[in-house]
Amino acid sequence: MAKFDVTKHELVPKHSKLTEKERKELFEKYAIDMPNLPRIYKSDPAILALDVKEGDIVKISRKSPTAGETVFYRRVVG
Amino acid sequence: MVHSELKEYEDKLPPKILQEIEEKCPSSKMKKVVQKVYEEFLSAQIDAGEAVGLVGAESIGEPGTQMTLNTFHYAGVAEMNVTMGLPRIIEILDGRKSITTPQMEIFLKAPYNKGKDIREIALQVKETKLGELVAEYGLNIVDLKIELKLNMEKLNALDVTPAYLVKAVEKGLASEANVKFEGGVISLKLKCKDDERGLNALYRLKEKSKEVYVRGVKGVTQILPVKRKEEFLIITAGSNLKKVFELDFVDTDRTTTNDIYEIAEALGIEAARQAIMDEVFKVIETQGLNVDIRHIMLVADTMTVSGEIKGITRYGVVSEKASVLARASFETPIKHIINAALKGEVDQLNSVVENVMLNQPVPVGTGLPGLITKIVRKEK
Repeated sequence: MAKFDVTKHELVPKHSKLTEKERKELFEKYAIDMPNLPRIYKSDPAILALDVKEGDIVKISRKSPTAGETVFYRRVVG
Repeated sequence: MVHSELKEYEDKLPPKILQEIEEKCPSSKMKKVVQKVYEEFLSAQIDAGEAVGLVGAESIGEPGTQMTLNTFHYAGVAEMNVTMGLPRIIEILDGRKSITTPQMEIFLKAPYNKGKDIREIALQVKETKLGELVAEYGLNIVDLKIELKLNMEKLNALDVTPAYLVKAVEKGLASEANVKFEGGVISLKLKCKDDERGLNALYRLKEKSKEVYVRGVKGVTQILPVKRKEEFLIITAGSNLKKVFELDFVDTDRTTTNDIYEIAEALGIEAARQAIMDEVFKVIETQGLNVDIRHIMLVADTMTVSGEIKGITRYGVVSEKASVLARASFETPIKHIINAALKGEVDQLNSVVENVMLNQPVPVGTGLPGLITKIVRKEK
């Protein structure tokens, strides 16, 4: 049986975990705090391989029809 | 590789624009062009405090009034009937869990995508039930037995061996009947011994036996192999993405469904967001209407901020609003106000609707910034 890889599906954009430094920069750049970020479940199929825990931030590089590529952030919730 | 003149704009302009400049502009004029483009870009950006939700609602709502209410039926064309038009838009935006016409597009791996064994593969995907394989039912009322004469031709066409079939029947009807197989006939002997209720039970067993799962992907009721741009794919009625991904001839990178919940479950929330956009846009496009994709992006974003799909209903995104008055202004106002009163909720009046109700300036546009100034008295 073929192994199914979620991350290779064309609907799924690239997800990656933010480092501590990137988190600080993100909060400073947009003058926001943790609760302002949209959420993503820890059990989400697209981030299962990332080994994230609650409170982490996931960076998502979406393909956008208007801008080419845009980045989006979601915080991991349980 | 980005041109050196464009380096400083890398964070300021979207990559798509930068790429276009790089491709089309001679390098001698690049600096001037980029500057001009950047000015234009800034003036084209939405201002802070612009009521984007309202603009989006109107931009989707107005063409929505022109959409046809019913689906077209094409007589004689080998296409499946799919919900389109306004009902489909409502279905998507409400975040309905069960949609009226679930459908999958199954892409195939090479060599199957060139049409190799396409029939056989399609039949593997389709859910086969026992009822389709039976040529004749014989009810033996005295012995409380049902004899199923099998349609061997069909069995061969579907590549189902009688032994496999008997196993499937045994599994499906284990609690009700004893299964025997002899010379192309499956006989089901009712387990229930009571003569009076036996007859009813026998008829019930006959109906139930038709629904026994034999093979294929559960939920797929219809299949349609089609050729699209030099490539064969299978369109199905009925959707079961997780099970389809387990089949080894399926191209798991492109196969999709129109059931957004299924996508969220199998591929995650970001894929669901993309699917919402694609589905809404597809409907609008086929209706010959023109809505800017940005409005649809906003709706899709709103529906997926919480990490799961929330419809634009009082149970979905509206229930997430912090303000009591904003929730009450949508639907079922009395319920919301009573519940809020019981809980002793406080409304901070931070958003738009509640301030409209109270005849106060709304935090939109010029109402957004507060003004702090030091009053200097002139001294004489």
